[in-house]
Amino acid sequence: MNLFKTLNFKATLVSVLLLLVFLAAWQLATLPATGGAAGPAVSAEQAEYLKMLGKDPGTAKTGGFPTPLQMGQTAWRHLSDPFYDKGPNDKGIAIQLGFSLARVGLGFLLACVVAIPLGFVIGMSPLLRRALDPFIQVLKPISPLAWMPLALYTIKDSSTSGIFVIFICSVWPMLINTAFGVSAVKREWLNVAKTLEVKPLRKAFLVILPAAAPTILTGMRISMGIAWLVIVAAEMLVGGTGIGYFVWNEWNNLSLTNVIFAIVVIGVMGMLLDLMFAQLQKWVTYAE
Amino acid sequence: MLNNLAPGAAAGRPFLQVEGLAKAYPGSTEPVFDEVNFSINRGEFVCIIGHSGCGKTTILNVLAGLETASAGHVFMDGREVAGPSLERGVVFQGHALMPWLTVRKNIAFAVRSKWPDWSSAQVDAQVQKYVALVGLSGAIDKKPAALSGGMKQRVGIARAFAIEPKMLLLDEPFGALDALTRGTIQDELLAIVRETQQTVFMITHDVDEAVLLADKILLMSNGPQARVAEIVRNTMPRDRQRATVHHDPQYYPLRNHLVDFLVARSKDLSHGKAPAHPPTVEPGRGALADAPASVTLKAVA
Repeated sequence: MNLFKTLNFKATLVSVLLLLVFLAAWQLATLPATGGAAGPAVSAEQAEYLKMLGKDPGTAKTGGFPTPLQMGQTAWRHLSDPFYDKGPNDKGIAIQLGFSLARVGLGFLLACVVAIPLGFVIGMSPLLRRALDPFIQVLKPISPLAWMPLALYTIKDSSTSGIFVIFICSVWPMLINTAFGVSAVKREWLNVAKTLEVKPLRKAFLVILPAAAPTILTGMRISMGIAWLVIVAAEMLVGGTGIGYFVWNEWNNLSLTNVIFAIVVIGVMGMLLDLMFAQLQKWVTYAE
Repeated sequence: MLNNLAPGAAAGRPFLQVEGLAKAYPGSTEPVFDEVNFSINRGEFVCIIGHSGCGKTTILNVLAGLETASAGHVFMDGREVAGPSLERGVVFQGHALMPWLTVRKNIAFAVRSKWPDWSSAQVDAQVQKYVALVGLSGAIDKKPAALSGGMKQRVGIARAFAIEPKMLLLDEPFGALDALTRGTIQDELLAIVRETQQTVFMITHDVDEAVLLADKILLMSNGPQARVAEIVRNTMPRDRQRATVHHDPQYYPLRNHLVDFLVARSKDLSHGKAPAHPPTVEPGRGALADAPASVTLKAVA
């Protein structure tokens, strides 16, 4: 009895209701238009002419937008065989997703390797912080896609360029958050380390890193969010493989069902990535 | 400098010697304090009292090696203090425990810093010993957030004791605690210090705390240009207890002397009007001469 009164249960109920309303509205909006009776009578010649134009008055008119049922079928088709590979333009959704995740993972990892140690140094040195600040402020607001031509020209490999774009967009939030987290470590903890004559490396790993970890993780979470946003656009530009390329390819095929399916997959994957970082954040957060 | 050696000091120099210490911040005309001279003997419990802004915490930080003075020297055990050292344990005002570590790990961090070669078993034995000393064995695997203010400060004290320093520096350790908790921890601290023969330098705002704990009380005049204006020797017996100390005939003369200094005299002694080499006074002694009867009475009772 109590279960039905919890906030969680009520919220879930409302969520499900909203989804049903949305699906119903979708279904209504995509019902085939019932022409014929309302339309003016056409002569045989006019009908012939319309057929030649591809506007056959005999067939039911559809808006071209798929119905929820068609969407369901498409989703089932993709999910029941996610790993097929029938050449460069026809791969299973899991394979496309895998390519995107691999690029994001690699670019993100590279960004971690650069941003966290550099952020540490910037956070510890007021001189470096001020010296590097103008560069960071200028480089940070540049859309990662603006780097694409330069990356393609210098790296000369489209796939690596995609990774570079992920790297460049995820490096800034991590760098800034790491520097901030490290510079904001409580003085008293550093004083404890000083009075205990803790060696610099031990201090970095056992005092500063755990103290700044929640802030660093926040930066990583923001970075991952941006990286997942950018990968779709980057793959649309670069082409070849990945979920972004899949969207673009299906647009060219005029398969809206596939495009919508890909959009949903991108959303769900983004949510899962965010949840993963939320969990990591929970592990390193400490209560004072 | 030998003229202000405390009576009873061992032959030669006292354990800790502070000579002509001064701190001036750039841009201000007058130093916060200057010509601060005092000494501490081995095993002595010294409290420093003064109004806010006279530089007590700065002096403690200089002794700890966390700050540098503008002038003057500090010698401990014959060597000049330059930078922080494991020979001096510090109990910070805000306990300064690492909130991501349990009590056990907080103290183990300090123990490992002092003895990097120790095995885990040795470290853990040392940790347990000092956690038991402050009566927190039941909370050893809790994180600081799960402890009360008094318990956190106990952990801070245990951490400072666990590295077995030659000297303990306490920066107003009980300032944030309620009166009841404060009393309990004062008793505990007193017991541990007596047992371990620890040399202690402590900042306090609380006159009663100083009278109970200290063998010697340094009275600081107000800043700017504050100085240690007077050294008050606590002549009450060393085994005094919090519950009974206020019945000692020396208690009120001593306490009144401290309060009078803080209320009336300290502000007139700012701007360097206090002597550079402070006199040592024993306000409690007079009471002994005046009222020997009450002392004997108490002894009988």
